[in-house]
Amino acid sequence: MSDFWSRFSRNRGAILGLVLLAAVIIVALIAPLIFPKGPWQMVQRPFLTPFATEGLPLGTDTLGRDVAAGLAYGARVSLLVGLVSTLVALAIGVPLGAVAGYYGGWVDEAAMRFTEFFQTIPNFALAIVLVAILEPTLTSITLAIAIVSWPPVARLVRAEVLSLSKREFVDAAQLAGLSNRRILLGQILPNAMSPIIVMASLMVATAILLESSLAFLGLGDPNIMSWGYMIGAARTVIRSAWWLSFFPGLAIVITVLALNLIGEGLNDAMNPHLNRKGRA
Amino acid sequence: MAIATTVLGRLIKAAITLLAIVVLNFLLIHAAPGDPAAVMAGEAGAADEIFIAQLRERFGLDQPLYVQLWNYVGNIIQFDLGYSYRQGAPVFDLIMERLPATLLLTLTAFGISLLFGVAMGVAASARVGRAGDSVITGIALLFYATPLYWAALMAVLVFSVWLGWLPGFGYETVGGGFTGLSRALDILKHLILPATTLGLFFMAVYTRMTRASMLEVAQMDFVKTARAKGLPDRVIRRRHILRNALLPVVTLAGLQAGQLVGGAVLTETVFAWPGIGRLMFESLQARDYNTLLGVFLISAAMVILFNIVTDLVYRLIDPRIGATR
Repeated sequence: MSDFWSRFSRNRGAILGLVLLAAVIIVALIAPLIFPKGPWQMVQRPFLTPFATEGLPLGTDTLGRDVAAGLAYGARVSLLVGLVSTLVALAIGVPLGAVAGYYGGWVDEAAMRFTEFFQTIPNFALAIVLVAILEPTLTSITLAIAIVSWPPVARLVRAEVLSLSKREFVDAAQLAGLSNRRILLGQILPNAMSPIIVMASLMVATAILLESSLAFLGLGDPNIMSWGYMIGAARTVIRSAWWLSFFPGLAIVITVLALNLIGEGLNDAMNPHLNRKGRA
Repeated sequence: MAIATTVLGRLIKAAITLLAIVVLNFLLIHAAPGDPAAVMAGEAGAADEIFIAQLRERFGLDQPLYVQLWNYVGNIIQFDLGYSYRQGAPVFDLIMERLPATLLLTLTAFGISLLFGVAMGVAASARVGRAGDSVITGIALLFYATPLYWAALMAVLVFSVWLGWLPGFGYETVGGGFTGLSRALDILKHLILPATTLGLFFMAVYTRMTRASMLEVAQMDFVKTARAKGLPDRVIRRRHILRNALLPVVTLAGLQAGQLVGGAVLTETVFAWPGIGRLMFESLQARDYNTLLGVFLISAAMVILFNIVTDLVYRLIDPRIGATR
């Protein structure tokens, strides 16, 4: 573990990512303390430019709402949807991939055809259709993102399990009389954790991008302030009020960049032998 | 001969996939909250009970589910994707009318992203570990994290609103009266911003892939041999490394290009580009499910077709691909 940390902390990008993400998480957590009125309240006249009015550092939007408050509350939605949808995607992909890789045969064949089907369908289009038809709520958005994100997990886990199940410690476990279930859960999956963790950290980033894109198209939960919604609502006034689209977008870039940097850092720290090949 | 069987196999698989999507569409319509007949009546602008009952009978919605599914699949096989009450036209016609604009946009974006992505990846791998590498990798990381609709909006702001270099809206100058070459130039001008911003994300992906692939191939024995022969570095890089490094990149690029169709919804919305992505956005706003699902089906079909074509092209370029399977 300390070995892991020393490798991780040697990666400056990963540390930067960690700092940025920590900042976003803190803002999300204390949003109700800094902005007790919430993000929907009209606080001033509309279209106030940023850095000009005291108490409103990022100005106001088309309806006179505080842009900074919107950003702070938007962080909560992005992080929540990103995290939960990734967990749901893992809950679908890990068992499916593990069973396919371990049992092989027709189980594998069927699971992989199923996965392939979902990989063929254009991701974002499917997410749009699902959210539109199920009505946009936090639950349907999270589910839709999970449904389009699990196939790579299943493929990764299958490949890992396939190669791990040929190793000696699995033979030993079989000889010791362990059941298939216990071998899979207790012996193989724990050894496949590091690539899954790396993939999960990158998936949170993709999920945040997906959520913001859906909200931009008007497929956000109407009761919740999100970054994508802010950009979508300000799209038509981009010529007169650039800051309304600029700041939420910057928030998305920072958060997604932070998660990607962390993911790369985890990858380098957990799979050092892979890293050497890529870096030369 | 081998190619013929491959094509046949791929086509059968494609047909099964499309059929599955059609069934998925059907299930989604029935999963939607509310009675489809009521939704249709709402679209047609009337909602009294008698009219709804008529609609239900006319579209067979009073029949058992499996009969409805059978009819639905039968209609779609005949290219009948339903009728859009909002737009007052059959969905299939609407899509066909808009498809060329989307094809132009996505194929251009694909070309741009592949060209610049590979160039940047090669440049980075030649400077590995030095400042140039860091700059390129940094740019790629940044583009990789940028929502493409935001990149599109910022591009409009900078290049269209502030600098006034390029149009940020539409497919061609309305009432411009251009014909022939000048019209093509006009469309090209309108195409630059949407195609570039749509391609940014994939450009970042291809940059990273090319860089990694180049570095991997550079370690191989035949490169050492070439170096031992005393060939100049530039020749080794272009003739030996790049040629071998490119294949996995192009293969993966072809498979991922389908996702550009999904991204086109965002780009076309920002730029008011008259393609099927914009049609999807309009149908979202109007709650026009027939059109929404029609666009979804056609974009999935486009992805499948594109995958088959790229697969075949690689088999022709590199016979090893067919042999190893």
